[in-house]
Amino acid sequence: MSELNLPIYLDYSATTPVDPRVADKMRQYLTPDGEFGNPASRSHSFGWHAEEAVDEARKQVAELIGADPREVIWTSGGTESDNLAIKGAAHFYQKKGKHIVTVKTEHKAVLDTCRQLEREGFEVTYLAPQANGLLDLKELEASLRDDTVVVSVMLVNNEIGVVQDIGAIGKMTRERGIILHVDAAQGAGKIPIDVHEMQVDLMTLSAHKIYGPKGIGALYICRKPRVRLEAQIHGGGHERGLRSGTLPTHQIVGMGEAFRLAREELTEESARIRALRDRLWNGLNQMEEVYLNGDLEQRVPGNLNVSFNFVEGESLIMALKDIAVSSGSACTSASLEPSYVLRALGRNDELAHSSLRFTIGRFTTEEEIDYTISLIEQAVQRLRDLSPLWEMYQEGVDLDSVQWAVH
Amino acid sequence: MAYGKKVLDHYEHPRNVGSLDKDDAQVGTGMVGAPACGDVMKLQIKVSNEGVIEDAKFKTYGCGSAIASSSLLTEWVRGKTLAEAGEIRNTDIAEELALPPVKIHCSVLAEDAIRAAIEDYEGKQAREADAPDEAQLAEAV
Ligand SMILES: Cc1ncc(COP(=O)(O)O)c(C=O)c1O
Ligand code: FES
Repeated sequence: MSELNLPIYLDYSATTPVDPRVADKMRQYLTPDGEFGNPASRSHSFGWHAEEAVDEARKQVAELIGADPREVIWTSGGTESDNLAIKGAAHFYQKKGKHIVTVKTEHKAVLDTCRQLEREGFEVTYLAPQANGLLDLKELEASLRDDTVVVSVMLVNNEIGVVQDIGAIGKMTRERGIILHVDAAQGAGKIPIDVHEMQVDLMTLSAHKIYGPKGIGALYICRKPRVRLEAQIHGGGHERGLRSGTLPTHQIVGMGEAFRLAREELTEESARIRALRDRLWNGLNQMEEVYLNGDLEQRVPGNLNVSFNFVEGESLIMALKDIAVSSGSACTSASLEPSYVLRALGRNDELAHSSLRFTIGRFTTEEEIDYTISLIEQAVQRLRDLSPLWEMYQEGVDLDSVQWAVH
Repeated sequence: MAYGKKVLDHYEHPRNVGSLDKDDAQVGTGMVGAPACGDVMKLQIKVSNEGVIEDAKFKTYGCGSAIASSSLLTEWVRGKTLAEAGEIRNTDIAEELALPPVKIHCSVLAEDAIRAAIEDYEGKQAREADAPDEAQLAEAV
């Protein structure tokens, strides 16, 4: 195991390292000997060259999702794209209606944006997913009304990795003339996407989930049918007035290169990552009382979200200094609530508190997966030996029948 | 979250992990917390006829600070009288382990656990004293 570099990074859904090929490209757009110009400068070659680089990147981003480059605008990241898409469409179309539909398991950038719109007088329906994390399409259809203006459903969930059937949703919304926004921050570059085939109107993209830099993202805005937005940031009128602010050329070039690489390597990379994910699951699933959260089939290749019953997540993370993963437990005095995503699936609180999210990526190796399996096995066993719940389970006590003093 | 040295030490080398016979009249058991809250602490004490805690064992489902609080508590109560053990405050535990504010409730749980264990023991003793002993029962038949 001498080649193993510790700690092992298994948190690719939180962020990814920048691919060295991407970093090389970015370096060429910063320094005096590089193309550092302002893409909006029209009067000299510094500006023209920067603009060319931005155009090229726009094409590369558009290509990954089957869009036209004119349908892509730059933002500061996924969070801003979600805000601009939902607020922008809701504000623009509010004369048509003030009802929005979304899902309880969306990212906070969508949920908190919807909360803000509620404060402004919009009405929001938050649909609960099924136990496997997938939306019941009949329920979605039933929630649509004459005054529904925006539906926002993510392509891939950041915690459990399940993939929603966006094509089926797009059919429903397009027929009714409702704007469909899709947060694809966790989906782009991991599964094939064609925005026109899926009939998506607005799509959120972020660079740092697919080996690009942090702080840059994009919003796809459909041209046919034409989707209109009200700008949220005002200024010099960049990006056709939809998002003012000097374009960060090096960030944009990095995002473009990352998206180009993702498109070229998607098929081969997802097969490799899926094999590693399955290896990890087969290893962990040898233990007793281990549960997978979210559908196994309709799931992005790199995600594994597992509950280790009778072991609390934070204590488990403490035992796993050598691997970087994230936990669904949030037992701090500020919030005793475990992951809202797992709770929305109807998982009981114990299992939600006992969950870990492993996300595998471009630089994960088989040795790392094997090492992780053995580390987890040891840690879970040790903590179960410490756990009164495990002891009760082994004695055959039904934990649900116990009267707990809930505090 | 960064953990203090003492928390890490107890977490990595927990003292007095295990269980005592909960049906033994000398044993008091305190079980506090709830799985839904992410923490359950079981603390057991074995009390001598002189009212001194001879042995203490714990098992905890919870974060590292909860594990450390209960481990430390078992060390502290051993050799103490019930009255002395009942005076241990969560603030003493939090101070000893240098718990940050968000982890204070883990030490509260430990204080609750020792109180519950003492109460359970005292309840058992009271019931023993009230109950007619078996010889009397036999005569009455
Ligand atoms: C699904 C989803 N949407 C939005 C975001 C936010 O993206 P960014 O970090 O680029 O603002 C993230 C990442 O945290 C995400 O996972
Ligand atoms: S037991 Fe809840 S954070 Fe420690």
